[in-house]
Amino acid sequence: MRKIYHRIIQISGNVITIEADNVANGELAEVRSERGISLAQVIRLQGKRVSLQVFAGSRGIATDSEVRFLGRPMRLSGSEALLGRIFTGNGSPRDNGAALSDNMIDIGGPSVNPANRIIPRNMIRTGLPMIDVFNTLVESQKLPIFSVAGEPYNELLARIAMQAEVDIIVLGGMGLKYDDYLFFRNTLDAHGALSRAVMFVHTASDPIVECLLVPDLALAAAEYFATEHNKRVLVLLSDMTNFCDSLKEIAITMEQIPSNRGYPGDLYSQLAARYEKAVDFENAGSITILAVTTMPGDDVTHPVPDNTGYITEGQFYLVNGRIEPFGSLSRLKQQVNDSTRADHRSVMDTMIRLYAEFKETLEKQSMGFRMSEWDRKLLKYGALFETRMMDLSVNIPLEEALDLGWKTLAECFEPEDTGVNTQTLQEFWPKK
Amino acid sequence: MSETKPTGKVTGINGNMVSVVFSQRVIQNEVAYVLTGDNERLKSELIRVRGHEADLQVFENTSGVKVGDPVEFSGELLSVELGPGLLTQVYDGLQNPLPELAKQAGYFLKRGLYVYPLDRERKWEFTPSAEVGQILSAGHSLGSVPEGIFKHQIMLPFAWNGEWKLTWIAEAGEYNIDKVVAKASQGGQEREVRMVQTWPVKIPISAYLEKLLPAEPLVTQTRLIDTFFPVAKGGTFCTPGPFGAGKTVLQHSLSQRSEVDIVIVAACGERAGEVVEILREFPHLDDPRTGRKLIDRTIIICNTSSMPVAAREASIYTSVTLAEYYRQMGLHVLLLADSTSRWAQALREVSGRLEEIPGEEAFPAYLESLVAGFYERAGLVRLPDGSQGSITICGAVSPAGGNFEEPVTQSTLKVVGSFLALSRDRANARRYPAIHPLESWSKYKSIVPEEQLRKARKMLREGDEVNQMMKVVGEEGTPISDFVVYLKSEFIDAVYLQQNTFDEVDSSCDAERQRLVFGKLLTVLEKNFSFNDKDEARSYFQRLRQNFIDWNYAPWQSDEFIKCEKRIDQALQKAQG
Repeated sequence: MRKIYHRIIQISGNVITIEADNVANGELAEVRSERGISLAQVIRLQGKRVSLQVFAGSRGIATDSEVRFLGRPMRLSGSEALLGRIFTGNGSPRDNGAALSDNMIDIGGPSVNPANRIIPRNMIRTGLPMIDVFNTLVESQKLPIFSVAGEPYNELLARIAMQAEVDIIVLGGMGLKYDDYLFFRNTLDAHGALSRAVMFVHTASDPIVECLLVPDLALAAAEYFATEHNKRVLVLLSDMTNFCDSLKEIAITMEQIPSNRGYPGDLYSQLAARYEKAVDFENAGSITILAVTTMPGDDVTHPVPDNTGYITEGQFYLVNGRIEPFGSLSRLKQQVNDSTRADHRSVMDTMIRLYAEFKETLEKQSMGFRMSEWDRKLLKYGALFETRMMDLSVNIPLEEALDLGWKTLAECFEPEDTGVNTQTLQEFWPKK
Repeated sequence: MSETKPTGKVTGINGNMVSVVFSQRVIQNEVAYVLTGDNERLKSELIRVRGHEADLQVFENTSGVKVGDPVEFSGELLSVELGPGLLTQVYDGLQNPLPELAKQAGYFLKRGLYVYPLDRERKWEFTPSAEVGQILSAGHSLGSVPEGIFKHQIMLPFAWNGEWKLTWIAEAGEYNIDKVVAKASQGGQEREVRMVQTWPVKIPISAYLEKLLPAEPLVTQTRLIDTFFPVAKGGTFCTPGPFGAGKTVLQHSLSQRSEVDIVIVAACGERAGEVVEILREFPHLDDPRTGRKLIDRTIIICNTSSMPVAAREASIYTSVTLAEYYRQMGLHVLLLADSTSRWAQALREVSGRLEEIPGEEAFPAYLESLVAGFYERAGLVRLPDGSQGSITICGAVSPAGGNFEEPVTQSTLKVVGSFLALSRDRANARRYPAIHPLESWSKYKSIVPEEQLRKARKMLREGDEVNQMMKVVGEEGTPISDFVVYLKSEFIDAVYLQQNTFDEVDSSCDAERQRLVFGKLLTVLEKNFSFNDKDEARSYFQRLRQNFIDWNYAPWQSDEFIKCEKRIDQALQKAQG
């Protein structure tokens, strides 16, 4: 029989402190107060003093509330029964199904040995030219959508998930508006994808500490399906900025020295521990992570997008309902775009470079300068590029998009204007 | 387990920091092991002593550790093993071979699992070179074994102070690394030399006669670096830049194409995927300089971002110690540390847990001296046998928000000899490598004559000024002479500064080719063109650019190469002077 502790000596934020013996770092406990039972996790030990973060928050906890240690860390049932289910941020069912208890696995497990990784090699087709042509998504990539409130980032996330050829979809929702949660559920349902999906959803009204567990739960489930069942898993995480804000809250409560705008110094390591779970295994499945990072104040140098950008393999900027070509980047595109079609890289580089020149011309035009012949070519090109490539409603396969790219270039420029090497031009420049 | 080793008991746990009470003597920076209830031995390093309590940074996840768990002190500083067989290896920050860990533990890393860095069984063919009776000191070669194309020197251990008399040396033959190959005595005390020795990572190996001024260029085959912002063998340089500016691609290019003997890649707190590329590709890529595979000259130290943070701090020291070991053999080593910012962040995390008074952006106040200490381990040295060896350090820096004013970039700039500033604007415009030609600087000597370089630099600067001006007065308000200056500067950028790393030919531009192309480029810059109007000027330069780019893509001295060169010459002659 495990000992029950009755004397809470400190309550501060969502962290309580008691005096106890023989407690392990990271261990779970149950805290029973008049408000009900909540899970809590040990986050610091100092002699006899044990600090726990209470998942449901400390509101209503009395100094004599009961604390009972469970002798185990946070776990998740690793079983196929997860499919089609919806859970809360502490792993209990959000739908009306039963709680699962088969094959409990630890969450937040160790990192994949780099020697066991393989070079990513499969393109994920999305039907969006801004992704397929310019910043190809690759299986096992970790990629966030950088955006601001109000942009259709969850819609974009859902659309990519529905079109991508993957076996299993795991959704981790952090601080989701209830509407967004329903949107995801209904979208999955409408596409018949609910039966191959698992959802861990923390909504904006749930206790903040539960938000912290969502990525670990989602990724533990993904690892289970990728390693035990050789599945290709797509993990959607929205919105990681809320996760970071929860980290900040706990760090401040624990009186840690903040590094930048109140965020803890280990923000980078915390984010990396999650994102680095994206992997392609040699003889098993893969995990691809698509996340949403909202940028407070549209500021990419804010600590959350900044640290994220250094960890992830690129990012998509979603601005005004379009994926911006500047700043958007897929670091893994080089792994796959040499084997799609011989002209893929030339089209990609040339079109973006000319679009950058178009932007400069646009600036000159807005200042009232006379447009040269070259400027007029660029203006025509820029307008075509925006409607044919950037619009999110465009939904065409890669090959069609490349042909459209050459067509657009030929409508606006002479071959030598483009800076493409002669050999490629001879092969691909549309014949009049 | 020897029973005389001091022990202690855990009294507190805060993240990866564990406090321990001890009763016997302990040593700052010694290695200790925390023994968990599940019989795991978690390696840690002692980093602070206060009274009878010591603070350990644990190189592993500390979940499950309890107050009262026993701790064992080893009495030895955090060290690496040095000996034949280091090349081609892939280690974590504590020198555990990752492929071996994978064999034992499967897909995931297992905490508390440590493996010998070097193969105990493998036999090496030893050829003695020293003679019995010879007086030797630390670092003197006793013999050698072949390791790939290198003669791996077996040296008198660096930790042996003073002069030693060789009393016995093994005959030529095949031995494993633990076999005694020599004995030496000093004042009646005799010690044994094996092919493997250990050295504490945080102390520089200094068994050389003197440090020399780096003078010889290190050719990286990247035009923008070798010509404009050169690096010297034994020098230091840094590549700060915001994310997405091409740091990683640049580092990969350096690791593949730099003309040095040995490359050590320290992937410190960065993405695992980037290391995997090196891991999987280098065994298949040919090294044109030696005819062997690239992996044969490479060591990878890989402590990626999701691996324990304390080991990340150690990984930088591990890699530079291995570099120093090979420098002692008279070899030229390039150490690529990606990224030193992650290392600095690891220091910050530790400092925060120790509750030290923070400096700027919560980095510890001693950040600068640690950064300087790291870069100072680079250098060109003269060895006891008269030969020279060098370590060149390239540190990638990942400044928060891409802002170079932050502490890590600033403390790095103070101690490096060359600064390659990566720019987001250039990356956005797909001008790769995105090294900014006006912000970067170098104190080393270029592969082209200084006065020629000055002309090209001047043209770049003036072109930029014209460009700024044009934004205000417009193209029509710019005189055609200024406009041609602008076109010339853009021309330098397009055909010389920009280089396609993914093209087999364009990616590798050796010194001879750079000098030739740069000479031709200067002819263009110095020529006085007379154009009727701006459109004519623009289209002339666009055609010339096309010819030059085709030239860059043509294999050295191939038919295509000669044809392209002719076409450029003709275009230059045709233009009105």
